[in-house]
Amino acid sequence: MKVNSAGERLYNGIVKENPTFVLMLGMCPTLAITTSAVNGLGMGLTTMVVLALSNLIISLLRNIIPNRVRIPAFIVIIASFVTAVQLLLEAYIPFLNKALGMYIPLIVVNCIILGRAESYAYSNTPLPSFFDGVGMGVGFTFALTCIGAVRELLGAGELFGFELLPDSFEPIRIFGQAPGAFFVLAALVALQNYIKNARKKAGKPYEKIGSGCTEDCMNCSDTNCGKRFYDTADTAGTKKQLQETGKAQDKAAATETIDGKKGEK
Amino acid sequence: MENVKDLLLILIGSSLVSNVVLSQFLGLCPFLGVSRKTNTAAGMGTAVIFVITLASGVAGVIYKFVLERFHVEYLRTIVFILVIAALVQFVEMFLRKAMPSLYEALGVYLPLITTNCAVLGVAITNVQKEYGILTGIVNGFATAVGFTVAIVILAGIREKLEYNDIPKPFRGMPLVLVTAGLMAIAFCGFSGLL
Repeated sequence: MKVNSAGERLYNGIVKENPTFVLMLGMCPTLAITTSAVNGLGMGLTTMVVLALSNLIISLLRNIIPNRVRIPAFIVIIASFVTAVQLLLEAYIPFLNKALGMYIPLIVVNCIILGRAESYAYSNTPLPSFFDGVGMGVGFTFALTCIGAVRELLGAGELFGFELLPDSFEPIRIFGQAPGAFFVLAALVALQNYIKNARKKAGKPYEKIGSGCTEDCMNCSDTNCGKRFYDTADTAGTKKQLQETGKAQDKAAATETIDGKKGEK
Repeated sequence: MENVKDLLLILIGSSLVSNVVLSQFLGLCPFLGVSRKTNTAAGMGTAVIFVITLASGVAGVIYKFVLERFHVEYLRTIVFILVIAALVQFVEMFLRKAMPSLYEALGVYLPLITTNCAVLGVAITNVQKEYGILTGIVNGFATAVGFTVAIVILAGIREKLEYNDIPKPFRGMPLVLVTAGLMAIAFCGFSGLL
């Protein structure tokens, strides 16, 4: 498949770099709202809409946003879409809005969205960026629905609200509650480690697997990490940059002079 | 008296009963990432207490006197995230200038807290539950204390786990997650408190 074509981007997001199963990003919502398959599906779709639209807009604005204030600018764009989506859900799908509750506004700080903006949309043309967002979103939705289905099945014996398992099955209630989320994720990461080790042995590429922020945050070498508010790319320039970012930040995306159309890039 | 009782209930409720990491899954990244040693975990916890308490106060004031006054409550997500990010950087600069010793202790943790979802989560919870400014600050403080308690306990357990012989796929994160799950079960016991 041609690199950066719509199809390649979709495949990349759903299979090759699946944000949950492969990259391990955005774990907070993954654990919190996957108590049932429907919730997982709803959260996944909501995130997908935000991801695709924010990727599109950021990609369109990539020559206008100065490099130095890009992260605050991304956050403003993402937060606007999240607010719009939240209002739409409140108006048209109130039961989902109620089930997801405070986790909808928290989509703003989901590392997947900021991560894609930073590592893809900011340096690519609008159409592939949009499909990158859709692909990642579908991958995320798929993962959340799967985890939700497993938890619902084990915790209540149901799937999408339909009773599936016979009465003789005693539901393991804990899987529907908070501790169950940790156990499901633990099993998932263990499986991932197993695959990673197997690939390492067979000499196949494995670097991408589990490269999200599940390891030591303090010594994270990923400079594209969305959780860092400012650049850590060059440690020498960082200190100066910190101060400048601090000053410029309240204005966020506002009127800063366009410094050489992100000349550093 | 009624008021004091309410605050006390919020204090216990937010720190133990509905613990921010173990039952609401907010702030998981630092919880899993910075819990290798007890003293770094305690440092992170202190920084989180400091930032969340301050942020919930500032967010409360802005919500009451700016957003509510001009009837633009729907802008709260955007405003809160920007205010929190600006606040954290301001605190970092202030500490570096005014209290170098405290900066030495907390400085490295501050950038990591900026987009920590727990901070934004507390600000939004305060609005959703219609807490006043003082109640909001108490809720923020209690939530952060809950985070600190959880991360310090987890770090203590992880230090002990280091020398054990663990099946290979479960080394590292999976075991930490299982530990966190068991801690979450233990914290479920607190739900009888209120």
